[in-house]
Amino acid sequence: MIEARGLARTFRTRAGDVEAVRGIDLDVAEGEIVGFLGPNGAGKTTTLRMLTTLIAPTAGTARVAGHDLLREPVEVRRRIGYVAQGGCTLPEARVGEELVDQGRLYGMAAAAAVAHGQELLAGLDLAGVWERLTKTLSGGQRRRLDIAMGLIHSPRLVFLDEPTSGLDPQARANLWKHVRSLRDARGATVFLTTHYLEEADALCDRILVIDHGEIVAAGAPEELKRRVSGDTVELTFGDDAAAATAALLLDGQVDGPLVRLQLPSAVEGLPGVFRALDEAELSPLGVEVHRPTLDDVFLSLTGHALRDEVPA
Amino acid sequence: MRTLRETDLIFRRAMRLSLRNPIWVILGLIQPILYLVMFGPLLENMTEVQGWPDGDAWSVFVPGLLVQLGIFGAAFVGFGLLHEMHAGVVERMRVTPASRLALLLGRVLRDVVVLFVQGLILIVCALLFGLDAPIGGLLVGLIVVALLGAAFSSASYAAALILKSEDALAPLANGLAVPLLLLSGILLPMSLAPGWLETISDINPLKHVVDGVRALFLDGSTSVVVWGIVTTLALVAAGLAFGTRVFERESG
Repeated sequence: MIEARGLARTFRTRAGDVEAVRGIDLDVAEGEIVGFLGPNGAGKTTTLRMLTTLIAPTAGTARVAGHDLLREPVEVRRRIGYVAQGGCTLPEARVGEELVDQGRLYGMAAAAAVAHGQELLAGLDLAGVWERLTKTLSGGQRRRLDIAMGLIHSPRLVFLDEPTSGLDPQARANLWKHVRSLRDARGATVFLTTHYLEEADALCDRILVIDHGEIVAAGAPEELKRRVSGDTVELTFGDDAAAATAALLLDGQVDGPLVRLQLPSAVEGLPGVFRALDEAELSPLGVEVHRPTLDDVFLSLTGHALRDEVPA
Repeated sequence: MRTLRETDLIFRRAMRLSLRNPIWVILGLIQPILYLVMFGPLLENMTEVQGWPDGDAWSVFVPGLLVQLGIFGAAFVGFGLLHEMHAGVVERMRVTPASRLALLLGRVLRDVVVLFVQGLILIVCALLFGLDAPIGGLLVGLIVVALLGAAFSSASYAAALILKSEDALAPLANGLAVPLLLLSGILLPMSLAPGWLETISDINPLKHVVDGVRALFLDGSTSVVVWGIVTTLALVAAGLAFGTRVFERESG
C-alpha cells in the first residue's frame, strides 16, 4: 500500500535548512495497521504530509495506494483518507453538511454521501448528531467525526495523525476500538502516528520508531519492548537501614529509604522478591512498578531521552 | 466539467455558511451607507467648483462608494479563509482530488454574489437620496464592481494562504487598500487634484475603474467605459491566476 524510498524533506528557515525527514524507506502492506512512533518534532507529521500529497518531498520516491506520489497526486488523493491532527470541520457547520460536502468533493452523489455518512456516524457511536453544529460536539465526538470525514469515500488506505492526542483515557480506548474496526470490518490499511507507546502497543501490528527524521527501529510492539531492559520496581522502607539491608539482599540500588530493582518482568519476579524480604523479616511500606515507557524505549534505541520539541 | 461541479459545491457551501451568519454582510454595508448619508450631502454644493466633472454630486460620488465597497468588502475575505485554515478545513479539502481552481473560485463567487447584493442595496439607498442615472448604466456599473470584488477577493485569499496569520494580513490589506482608494478619486474626483497627484493616480488601475463606472452613471464617453471594463477584467484575470497558483502550491 505504501512503498517509500529515500523520502526526505528539508525546510528552509531563516536560521538555515532544517532536515525534518532524512531519507526514510518504508513499506506498509495491505491490511496492516502500522504505527509511526516518535517524539514531537521527530518528523512524523512531515512524513505523513508528504505521503498525503500536501507537501512535496525534496528527495526520494513513493508509491501510495498503487500510484506514484509525484506523478499522479490526484490518483493518490482519490484512494486515501487523511485525518489530520488538528481536526477538519468548521465550528459553524452542521455535521451532516460537512460529511456530504466532503463526500461530494470525492465525486460521490449526494444521496450516496448521506447514506454512507449516516452509516459511519452510527458505527462511530455518533448517531443523532447529523443536524448539530460541529462546535457543539465534545472533544471525543469531534475526533470521531474527523475519522468519519476521512472515511466518507471508503478509502483503502487511511492516514491518522495523532488520532487520540488530547483525549481522556476513556475516549482514547473507545477510539482505539474504532481504529481497529477500520481494518477488521472495512479491510482498510491504517497508517497512524502517535507519541504514546501504549497506543502503538494497543493498535499496531508493526511500529516504526522515528527520531531526528530517521527511522531508528522497526518491529512488532512486543519485539521493541523486549529491547528495553524490563521493569523497574521501587520498594519504600520505614528507615534507611532497612533499605540498605534490603538493597544488599536483592542486589538493588539504594536511595535513602528507597530501593530500586531492575527485573526482566515484575509479574514473574516480584513473588521471589517478597519471599526473600519475608525470610529476612523486612517488610516494605510501599511497592511501585514502572513498566517500560516510551522514554525507556527511546533511551535504549537512541541513547537519549524523549524530548519535547516544536513539531516541524 | 468536474471543476464546474466542484466550484458549485464550494460556492454553495460558502453561501450557506454566510447566510447562516449574515451579520458580516450587514456590517460591510454600514460604512458605505454612512458615507452616503453623512458625506454625500456635502458634495451637493461642490458641483460649481472648478475641475468638478460634468454631472451632479450623486452620479460622481456613488460610483466611488461602489468601488470602495467592492475593494473593502473583498480585501478582508482572507480572514474567513484563515478561520477555515485554523479549523483544518482547507487542508482537508486539499487532500481531496478536487480542483484547486474550484476551491478558490467557489469562495470568490460567494463574495461576488454578496457584493452584488450589497451594491444593489447601496444603489437603492442612493436613488432615495436623489441619484439619477440610467438603469442600464447602474446595472453594468454594479457588475463591474462585483468583478472588481472577484479580483480583490482572490488576492485576499492568496495573501491569507501565504501569510497564514491575521496579524500579518490586516496591515497588508489596509496598507494596500487605503492608498489605492485615495489614489483612485473615490471620495472626490481626481480632476480636482493638482497635476502631480493626478499623474500618480493615472498609474492606479482603480482610478480607471472608478472613471468607467462614473461614465456609466453619467452616460459619458464610451472609451472611458470600455477602458474601465478592460482594466477590471485584467485585474480579475491577474487575481484569479495569482490565487490559483497559491492554492496549487504545497501548503508548507
